[in-house]
Amino acid sequence: MPEIIRDHLLTCLVFLPLIGAVVLMFMPKPAESPADGHGTHQDSSSPADPRAQAIRWMALLFSLLTFALSLILLFRFHSAKSSYQFVDGPYNWIKQFHVHYYLGIDGISLLLILLTTFLSVLCIGYSFSVKQRVKEFMIFMLVLETGMLGVFCALDLVLFYVFWESMLIPMYFLIGIWGHERRIYAAIKFFIFTFIGSVLMLVAIVALYVKTGSFNLVTLLTPGTQPHHLLSLISPHVLMWMFAAFALAFMIKVPMFPFHTWLPDAHVEAPTAGSVILAGVLLKMGIYGFLRFCLPLFPAQAHQAAPLFLTLAVIGIVYGAIVAAMQPDMKKVVAYSSVSHLGFVMLGIFSLNPLGITGAVLQSINHGVSTGALFFIVGMFYDRKHTRLISAYGGVKRAVPILAAFFLIAMLSSIALPLTNGFVGEFTILQGSFISHTAGWKYTAVATTGMILSAVYMLWMFQRVMYGPLDKEDNRSLPDLVWREKLVLAPLVVLIFWFGCYVTTWTKPLIPTVDSLVSNVGPASIAERRASAASILEGTAGKFAIIPLTRGKLGGK
Amino acid sequence: MIFNWVWLIPALPLFGFLFNAFLGKRVGKTVVGWLASLVVLSGFALSVSVLAALLKLPESERQRIVGLFPGGVVIPWIHIGNFRVNYAALVDPLSLLMCLIVTGVGGLIHVYATGYMAEDQDYARFFTYFNLFIFFMLTLVLAENMLLLFVGWEGVGLCSYLLISFWYEDKNNALAGNKAFIVNRIGDVGFALGMMLIFATFGTLSFYGTAAHPGFLQMAARHISAHGPLLISTATVIGLLLFIGACGKSAQFPLYVWLPDAMAGPTPVSALIHAATMVTAGVVMVSRCSPLITDSATVMIVIASVGCFTAFLAASIGLVQNDIKKVLAYSTVSQLGYMFLGCGVGAFSAGMFHVTTHAFFKGLLFLGAGSVIHALGGEQDMRRMGGLKNRIPITHWTMAAAWFAIAGFPLFSGFWSKDEILGAAYVSPDAGKVLWFVGVVTALMTAFYMSRLMWKTFYTNQRFNEAELGAHGGHGGHGHPGVHESPPSMTVPLIILAALSVCGGFIGSPFMGDAFQRYLAPAVRNTTAMPEGITGTVLVLMVISSLVAVAGILWAMSLYGKRRETGDLIPAAAKAKMGPASPYRFLLNLWYWDALCNKVAIGYGGVLGNSLKWFDTYIVDGVVNTLAWIVGSLASGFRRTQTGFVRNYALTMLIGVVAVVVGMLWGSFHFMFK
Repeated sequence: MPEIIRDHLLTCLVFLPLIGAVVLMFMPKPAESPADGHGTHQDSSSPADPRAQAIRWMALLFSLLTFALSLILLFRFHSAKSSYQFVDGPYNWIKQFHVHYYLGIDGISLLLILLTTFLSVLCIGYSFSVKQRVKEFMIFMLVLETGMLGVFCALDLVLFYVFWESMLIPMYFLIGIWGHERRIYAAIKFFIFTFIGSVLMLVAIVALYVKTGSFNLVTLLTPGTQPHHLLSLISPHVLMWMFAAFALAFMIKVPMFPFHTWLPDAHVEAPTAGSVILAGVLLKMGIYGFLRFCLPLFPAQAHQAAPLFLTLAVIGIVYGAIVAAMQPDMKKVVAYSSVSHLGFVMLGIFSLNPLGITGAVLQSINHGVSTGALFFIVGMFYDRKHTRLISAYGGVKRAVPILAAFFLIAMLSSIALPLTNGFVGEFTILQGSFISHTAGWKYTAVATTGMILSAVYMLWMFQRVMYGPLDKEDNRSLPDLVWREKLVLAPLVVLIFWFGCYVTTWTKPLIPTVDSLVSNVGPASIAERRASAASILEGTAGKFAIIPLTRGKLGGK
Repeated sequence: MIFNWVWLIPALPLFGFLFNAFLGKRVGKTVVGWLASLVVLSGFALSVSVLAALLKLPESERQRIVGLFPGGVVIPWIHIGNFRVNYAALVDPLSLLMCLIVTGVGGLIHVYATGYMAEDQDYARFFTYFNLFIFFMLTLVLAENMLLLFVGWEGVGLCSYLLISFWYEDKNNALAGNKAFIVNRIGDVGFALGMMLIFATFGTLSFYGTAAHPGFLQMAARHISAHGPLLISTATVIGLLLFIGACGKSAQFPLYVWLPDAMAGPTPVSALIHAATMVTAGVVMVSRCSPLITDSATVMIVIASVGCFTAFLAASIGLVQNDIKKVLAYSTVSQLGYMFLGCGVGAFSAGMFHVTTHAFFKGLLFLGAGSVIHALGGEQDMRRMGGLKNRIPITHWTMAAAWFAIAGFPLFSGFWSKDEILGAAYVSPDAGKVLWFVGVVTALMTAFYMSRLMWKTFYTNQRFNEAELGAHGGHGGHGHPGVHESPPSMTVPLIILAALSVCGGFIGSPFMGDAFQRYLAPAVRNTTAMPEGITGTVLVLMVISSLVAVAGILWAMSLYGKRRETGDLIPAAAKAKMGPASPYRFLLNLWYWDALCNKVAIGYGGVLGNSLKWFDTYIVDGVVNTLAWIVGSLASGFRRTQTGFVRNYALTMLIGVVAVVVGMLWGSFHFMFK
C-alpha cells in the first residue's frame, strides 16, 4: 500500500465516496424518462440506458472500494488497545480558533464505520431499480456516505459538527426528490427536527471552547493537560446545560420518545435506500454522540440524568412497540419498531456498565442489519405492487416463497430470537441493565416486556402479509426475488447469524474501548463488579445476601 | 472417547435441517423423508452408546461437560467481561434420558410422518421444520448453561409456531401459531428475568463447572451446606421467575391456552409437541435447576399447587370435548400438571419418570388419533366417528394400550409413574394429602375421559356416511376412498410405542428396584421420594390408584355401553337448554378462561393500541405540527412587512435611525446626569 494512503487511511476512507461523487458529476447524464420522479417505479422504465447503467456501476464501484478500505481498517485494528487508532492529524484548519482537522477511531467507531460502508454498498446495489434522476441519486448517496463516515471519525468538535450537518443535506434531497407521496412534508420535518438539535449542540460546542479554549476531544479528555483536567474548570451547573444541549441533539437523532415523530414520516416517505441508511446509520449517529461526547465529557451529569433517560428509553420500548402493532402500513410498523429497538440501545447506554454499553453498540449494529433487511423487504414488496399497506397482501407466501423466507429470518432477528443477532444485543443490554446501579431490575423488568410486544407486532404483520388464503387475484402473479435482490439480502442474513452465533469477532475490538469509557463514568454496583472481576468466584458464597435485589423490596432476609 | 461425539447428536438434525431447507425441493420426497428420519434415529443410536459409556462410570462421575463442536471443542458464544457463555453440553443422566426420548420417540414420529404427510405439497418444508425442532430440543436438553438452554427454549417455540401454522392458507392455523409463540414469549420473559437474576447473584450462567469456576447450582448447594438457607429470598424470586417460563412452555395454568390450539398443525406435529419435545421442556428445566429451586419452600409449594390445579382443570375440560385431538390436548395439559405436581413435592425423579412414560403413551395416542383421522379422510369430530374397532384394528389395539397406560391401569407404564407422583405427594409434608386427593380425583377423570374417547371412536355404532369420506378433503385427506388402515410407515411406530406404553414403566417399578429413580438420582435433587420397596403405605396407595383407574374405565363403559347408538351421554335437546353457567357449558367453554384471555389480550389490547396510536398522531405529533403552524403563521404575518417598495424600506430605515439616535442620546444623558 502506498505510504500516503497508509498514513492517511481514514482521510482516504472518508473522502473516497466524495471523489466518487465528483467522478459521477462528470459522467454524461442519462436520458430522463418522462415521468416526473415519483418514487422508484419499475414499470416506467425503458430498456436499460447504457449511460444510466454506467453511472450505477461506477457508484457501486466506489462504494465497494470504500467498503474494502474499511475492511483494511478492521484487519489492521489493534483489538487490545483502547486509545484512538489510525490517527490522522491534528492539522490546523482554522488557526485563529484552534479548529483542527483531526481523525481517529476506536472500537465503537470501527464497527459503525463497517456498518456504514457495508450498508452503502447494499443500498447502492439495491438502488439499481431507481429510474428517475439516476445520476443525482447516486451522487447524493455517495456524498451522504462521506458525511456519515466523517461523523464517526472526527475527533475535533467543529469538524464533527460540520460532518454532522453535511449529511443532512443529501438526506434531505433523497427524501424530498425520490420519496413517496408526502415526501416534502417528511423531508422538511426531518430537517427541522435534526437542525434544532444540532444548533443547540453548536451552542454547547462554542461554549465549551469559550470555557476551555479547545475543540479537540482528545485534549479535553486528557487528565494531565495544563493546568489540570480542562473540564474541571467549568462549574457543574454550566456543564449540566452543556450536557443537556448535546443530549437533546442526540436524543432527537436516536430518536427517543417523545422526539420520535419525525422518524415514521421520514422512514415511510424516503425511498428504500434512504430508509435503510436512515435506520441503519443516521439513527446510530445519535447513539454514537452519546458514547463519544455525552458520557466521556460529562460523566457526572450523565449519572445524574440517567433516571430520566432510562425512563424515556423504557417508555420508548413499550410505546414504540404498541404503536407499531396498530399501523396499517408495513413501513410504519418497521419505523415504529425502530423506536422500540433504539429504546433498548439507550437502556444499555445509561446502564453505564460495560455489559450494557457493549450490548448497546452491538444492538446498534444489529438494528442496522435487521431493520435494514426489513426495509429492503418492504421496498421489494413496494416495487412489485406499489403499495405498502398490509391489507393489500395476504397469503403471498405461496407466490413469493423466497422473499417469505428472507422476511421470516429478518423478522426473527428483529424479535431477538436466540442465535440471531438481535438476541445477543438485546440480552446483553438487559443483563447489563439488570445488574446496573443506575437501571436495576425495575427498568429491566419493564423493558423485557418488549420481548413480548415485538413478537406481537412482527408476527401479526407477518401473518397478515404472508399467511391466510391467497385471495387477491393480482397477488397470485407476484414475481419472486431476482438475483440482484437476493444478493442484497443474503449478506444481511449472513451477518444476522454471524452476530448471533459467534459474536466474539465483533466484541473483541469493542471491549477495551467500552471498558475505558466506563472506567471514567462512575462507580459500579456489587453485581457489576462481580460481572467484570475475573476472580470473584471463590468466596462468593457468603455474599449472596447482599446483592442489591435482596436488599431491595423483593428480599427480606 | 464417546463423549467427544456428543456434538453429533444435535448436529445431525441440524444437518438434516440445512439439507432439506436448501435442497429439499430438488431431491424428491423419498430422500427428504428418509434423511430427516435417519438423522434423528442415528442420534438415538449415538445417545444409546453414550449412555452405555456413562453407565460404566461410577455414579459420582456421571457428569461430563463437552464442547458442541467437532471433537468436543468448546467454542465461546458470548464473552463480555465475566459474562461468559460457551457452546458446551452437559452430559449427565438427565440430559441423556431426554436425548433418548427426543431422538427415540421423535424419530418414530418422523417415520410416521413420512407416511402421514406423503401427499402434502410442502413435504420438504415440513421435514425442514421437523428436524429444526429436534435440533432445538436437543440443544435445550444438552445445554451446559442457562443461556444455551434458552436457545433451545425459544427455538422450540419458533418451530412450534412454524409447524402449527404449517397449513398457513387457513387463517385460523396462522392465528394459532401466533398465539403459541406469543404466549410462550410471556413465559420466556419470566425465564429471561430469572436468568438475569441468576447471573447477578452468582456471576455465571453455567449449571456446573470446575472447582475453580463452579456453576451456579454448585454454588447454591455449597452455600446452603456452609451457611444454611440464607439466600431464600433470592432463590424464591429466581424459582418463581423460572417457573413462569415453565408455565409458558409446559402449558400450565394460566399460560396453557396455547397448547389446545396447537393441534391446528398436522397431527405428527401435535405428537411431537405434546409427547417427545417442547412441553416437557419446563419439567426438564425445573428438574435441572432442582438444587436451586428446592431451597425455596415457597417455590415448591407454588409449583405443586399450580401443577395439581392444572391437572384437575384440564382433565375436567377433557371430559366434554368432541374433537379427538382436543381431548388429547387437554389430557396433555393435565398430565403435565401431574409432572409439576411431582416436581413440586420434591420428587423430581418421579416427574421425569412421568415425562418418559407420557412420551410413550401420549405420542402413541396422537399418532393413533392421526391414524384415525387419516382413515376417515380428515374427520376429527368424535361425534361423526364410531364403529372403527374392526375397521382399523392395528390402530385400535395400539391405542387401547395407550388408553390403559394413561388411565393408570395396573402394570401399564402410566400406572407406575403416576403412582410414584401421587405417592410422593402423599408423603410430602405441607398439604401433601390434599394434593394427593386432587390427584386421585383427576386420575379418575382421566380414566373416564380416555374411555369416553375410546368408546366414541371405536366401540359405539358407526355415525358417519362412508361415501362422503374425504370428500371435504381436509388436511388428513389423502384421496383414498373409504375407511382404511394406515400404511406400515405409520403402523410400525404405533406398534413400537404400544410395546413401550405397556412395558416401559417397569424400569421405574419396585420390581426392578426403582432402577429409573436410582439412575436419575445424581442429576436432580429429590427432597421427597416414595419409601423404597413395597411397604404398607406404598401398597395401599397402589391399590387405591388401581381401583380408581379401573373404576373410571368401568364407569365409562357402563354409561357408553348403554348408548351405543348416539355415543352421547347428554341428548342434544338437553344440551340446547343448558345455560352458560351449567356445568356442561362451563366445561365445554374451557371454564371461560380462554374467552377471558382473548377479551383482555385482543379486546383491551386493541383499545390500548389504538389509543396510543391516537395519542402519537394527535398529541405527540400534534404538538410538533401546531408549533410548525404557529411559526408558519407568524412568518406569514411578518412577510407582509416585506412589501418590495423602496419607500417602505426607506421609512423603516428612518424609524430605525431615529430610534438609534434617541437611544444614544438617552444613553449619554443618562451617563451625564447620573
